[in-house]
Amino acid sequence: MSSVIEMIEGLGRSVLSALARLGLAGRFFLAIMMVIGVPLRRFSLLVRELYFSGVRSILIIVVSGMFVGMVLAIQGYEVLQRFGSSETLGVLVALSLVRELGPVVTALLFAGRAGSAVTAEIGLMQATDQIAAMDMMAVNPIARIISPRFLASVVSMPLLACMFSAAGVFGAYLVGVKLIGIDDGSFWSQMQAGVDFRLDIVNGLIKSLVFGVAVGLIAVFEGYYAPPTAEGVSSATTRTVVTSSLAVLMLDFVLTVWMFRGLNG
Amino acid sequence: MPDVKPAQTHPDALIEIKDVHFAYDERPILRGLSLNVRKGEVLAVMGGSGSGKTTLLGLIGGRILPNKGKIMVDGQNVPKLDRSALYALRTRFGMLFQFGALFTDLSVYDNVAFPYREQTNLPESVIRDLVLLKLQAVGLRGAAGLMPSQLSGGMARRVALARAVALDPMLMLYDEPFTGLDPISTGIVGRLIRRLNDAFGLTSLVVTHDLDASLKIADRVIVLAEGKVYRDLTPEDVRTTSDAFVRQFADGLPDGPVPFHYPAPPLVDQLLGKSSAGEIAP
Repeated sequence: MSSVIEMIEGLGRSVLSALARLGLAGRFFLAIMMVIGVPLRRFSLLVRELYFSGVRSILIIVVSGMFVGMVLAIQGYEVLQRFGSSETLGVLVALSLVRELGPVVTALLFAGRAGSAVTAEIGLMQATDQIAAMDMMAVNPIARIISPRFLASVVSMPLLACMFSAAGVFGAYLVGVKLIGIDDGSFWSQMQAGVDFRLDIVNGLIKSLVFGVAVGLIAVFEGYYAPPTAEGVSSATTRTVVTSSLAVLMLDFVLTVWMFRGLNG
Repeated sequence: MPDVKPAQTHPDALIEIKDVHFAYDERPILRGLSLNVRKGEVLAVMGGSGSGKTTLLGLIGGRILPNKGKIMVDGQNVPKLDRSALYALRTRFGMLFQFGALFTDLSVYDNVAFPYREQTNLPESVIRDLVLLKLQAVGLRGAAGLMPSQLSGGMARRVALARAVALDPMLMLYDEPFTGLDPISTGIVGRLIRRLNDAFGLTSLVVTHDLDASLKIADRVIVLAEGKVYRDLTPEDVRTTSDAFVRQFADGLPDGPVPFHYPAPPLVDQLLGKSSAGEIAP
């Protein structure tokens, strides 16, 4: 009997602590939003973070996009040719990329490449008292350190997703047109006709903007509240990647339902 | 343990701490601490690990809030200040952290320039001169171009000191400034603390457990124990006192009023696994 009570108590405790952490993250997000003007006014702070998070992620994003596009072309062609519609490969690839794979895979890669680095950097700054030192110098660390990194994630994500999709389309073109031999003209014209700017491209951009907020917030939050030990920083880095990935996939489902709800009925 | 009588209000006190209580979660750290720090003095705060020395600095700097009590710095009650008033007060503080806390992504020069760039509108040419003067004062003008990772522990501490005094503060807070330094660096940092204090007319609070180094530079030594000021002494008193606790501290004795052993059940009981004594888990 007592073990059952203990189990329920343990469950209650973990639910409560998860809720408390969620509340803490919410307040942290508000604190960031209060000072989000700082990196906009002092543009050099933002540019530095855009370089570290965004520019240095371009290579992995473009290469990954190419490969995803090439695989999509092979798999798509195999299925489409069964129905004799292999010339619609361009539409299939482009829609898959701009609606789903571009935003989602970019966010997952970004969380692993840049989010983890941001968490580790902020966690180490916390562990070595750099954030406390800044605070004691009457410089708000949320404004000076956290908000530029958060904003850089929000700005980089849609741009990187665009690059991912573009590289993917190019990869599919190489495999579909150059290798398999689908007609060049129908590949591009079908794509042009089948992809809607508002419905597909803008929705994809909105998705990646939301993912940018989620991944950016998780990365700075985990770093800021990481226990100031080697173990604390390493587990915070892991948590950033795991939590970001889950958040991106769950948000993707919610956003997809919301964006495309009217289309099937 | 005997307790020194509560600090009286001094007209020349820069910091007045009255009956401050503070606990981390349920664990009490400070239990009614009262203390005055006079303008212009170098006060060494000593005490064992966990005696609340660093907590005291956090409370004075307004980074943590007391459960109870007043902390007046230059006439302002720190726990009651809002963020902008607290930041205004902090621009007149300098703090040296245990390992310097230099910004690792900035060079030595940019670290010292940081407070000027953030808190003043001085042109870059003036900042350059000020930074070079501050670095000259700590003997590291030649290291201006280095990154913090290229500095030794003592050099990093001196750069951090130059950064901390950049805005000519009224109050300097030192958190374990001698930890991990070799004897030469300890001497250099100690002399700098004293010299900067006298040259700029500062007031300095040095939290440390390095007795030798602090006796050389302090005007007054207070010893914290059981969450209060246990002794308030001159450096001379520390050398000659017969108080068992201070002696244990001064002579570095492993056992005494501060026990060597963390509280535990009797060893024999635990080894024989008797009743409640056998459990290792907390």
